[in-house]
Amino acid sequence: MPGVDVQRVLGIETSCDETAAAVVDGGTTIVSSVVSSQVDLHARYGGVVPELAGRAHVELLTPVLADALAAAGSDASGRGIDAVAVTYGPGLMGSLLVGVAEAKALSMAWGVPFVGVNHLEAHLFASLLEQPDLGWPLVVLLVSGGHTLLVEVTAPGTYRLLGGTIDDAAGEAFDKVARFLGLGYPGGPAIDRVAEDGDPAAFAFPRSLLGKGYDFSFSGLKTAVVNEVRKHPEARTEDVAASFRRAVVDVLVSKARAAAADVGARAICLAGGVAANSLLRSEIVAACEADGIGAFVPSRALCTDNAAMVAAAGWWRLANSGASPLTLGADPNLELVPTHSPDLS
Amino acid sequence: MSAPATVAARTAGADATRALAGALAACCRPGDVVLLAGDLGAGKTTFAQGFAAALGVAQRVTSPTFTLVHTYPCGGGAVATLLHADVYRLDDLAEVVDLGLAEMVDAGAVALVEWGDVAAPVLGEGALTVTLAVPPGGGEDDRVVEVSAPAVGPLAGPGPNGAWQDRWPSVATALAPWRTGVPGEDPGEDGADPVEVHR
Repeated sequence: MPGVDVQRVLGIETSCDETAAAVVDGGTTIVSSVVSSQVDLHARYGGVVPELAGRAHVELLTPVLADALAAAGSDASGRGIDAVAVTYGPGLMGSLLVGVAEAKALSMAWGVPFVGVNHLEAHLFASLLEQPDLGWPLVVLLVSGGHTLLVEVTAPGTYRLLGGTIDDAAGEAFDKVARFLGLGYPGGPAIDRVAEDGDPAAFAFPRSLLGKGYDFSFSGLKTAVVNEVRKHPEARTEDVAASFRRAVVDVLVSKARAAAADVGARAICLAGGVAANSLLRSEIVAACEADGIGAFVPSRALCTDNAAMVAAAGWWRLANSGASPLTLGADPNLELVPTHSPDLS
Repeated sequence: MSAPATVAARTAGADATRALAGALAACCRPGDVVLLAGDLGAGKTTFAQGFAAALGVAQRVTSPTFTLVHTYPCGGGAVATLLHADVYRLDDLAEVVDLGLAEMVDAGAVALVEWGDVAAPVLGEGALTVTLAVPPGGGEDDRVVEVSAPAVGPLAGPGPNGAWQDRWPSVATALAPWRTGVPGEDPGEDGADPVEVHR
């Protein structure tokens, strides 16, 4: 399929919790980016906006799209928009369908190309939006509520999966431990805050699979925290949170660092919502400095789900492999690379 | 209407919990819904891994907490698809309905739903309930497991997939290696072995 050169791409993201739309110019310049949790929908619609279901995306997508287009100097006519990119997987079927159907409809109505984007690949493009001159190869640690992946990027669009979680994602462990400790939702920021006043050495929580390849396991750590708190109800929440955060970050940093050395990476990039964790950010930067390689930590707005990264990945996909057929359907189980690569160790 | 049928069991370690889950999965038919209940750290992920492996799922079974539903192709057996769902993050039952699990199960899948006891009002009709708990005393990885069939009797008639109670003897046999006999609760109004179906 021949490449398609375009300037302005409208990106649409509805794979999970966030409904998002963005316009990106030339694959790297964000013209507008709107995420539903930032929009004052309460005022516009009144009442409670449902959070998770596909139906919520139906209700949110129209105002989010209108805002993103208006902020880019466009409107419902699609004036100045050269292509439409959308996340078509992985994610929840009902949610993905909302975005895919909308993107196809706009593509046909405006007479511009349509391109489907892998949500995980989009996260890898988030770094390029802020740092277009990243060197290759890169190791990307993608850590969010739903995913924990270590990926080698040899060039834009060329990936090798080094490892992933065998049970819970890192962000999920943060949320569940936070809820267990009564710290509220979302758990990552809550634990981050409380952990600052705690002793990270108070509890020796397990570092599962440390030194054993590039897969991760956080389910046992979560259970260990629950067991420890039941055994020691007098334990300070700050100490439990600090010890837990330390255990997660130790594993993430150790494996990312080993992977970078293994593949000769020029830098480590963080992606995903957990990349907002302050200890993870500082430890990755310190480890990369010590190893003489680059570290790149995108801003929080680009770490979490957004549509700018979808537009950027879509722009790249269009330029390199052309438009997607309008027969492309949502794929809830889409993987970054078709098969799980064996561990390098 | 008959009383619910229950098997009480105990597993010593995660491998035994996986084995028990696998034995139960082998009793499932397309269209079944299994609700998984238990506190944080009770072993729901471990159970799901054993359950999926027994259905021939080759992929890694990871937590569906954030993504809500994972769909796995099964290998070769009567069950073609495993739906692994988690309703932990859903705040109201309307959201559970919106997931469309009921429609997907009607299409011939088996659904395993974590925190399913919460969703029982919308998913529970005809569903099997598995409750995992950490027993007081014993090893850290020991678990007590209670498997209960819904109270569907001759008057209510079997569900579209056949009532669990009609399959109960084979379920009891499959779980026999881990059975502890009488569950913690009152086994029934006449005190009979809780494994037997009350008619």
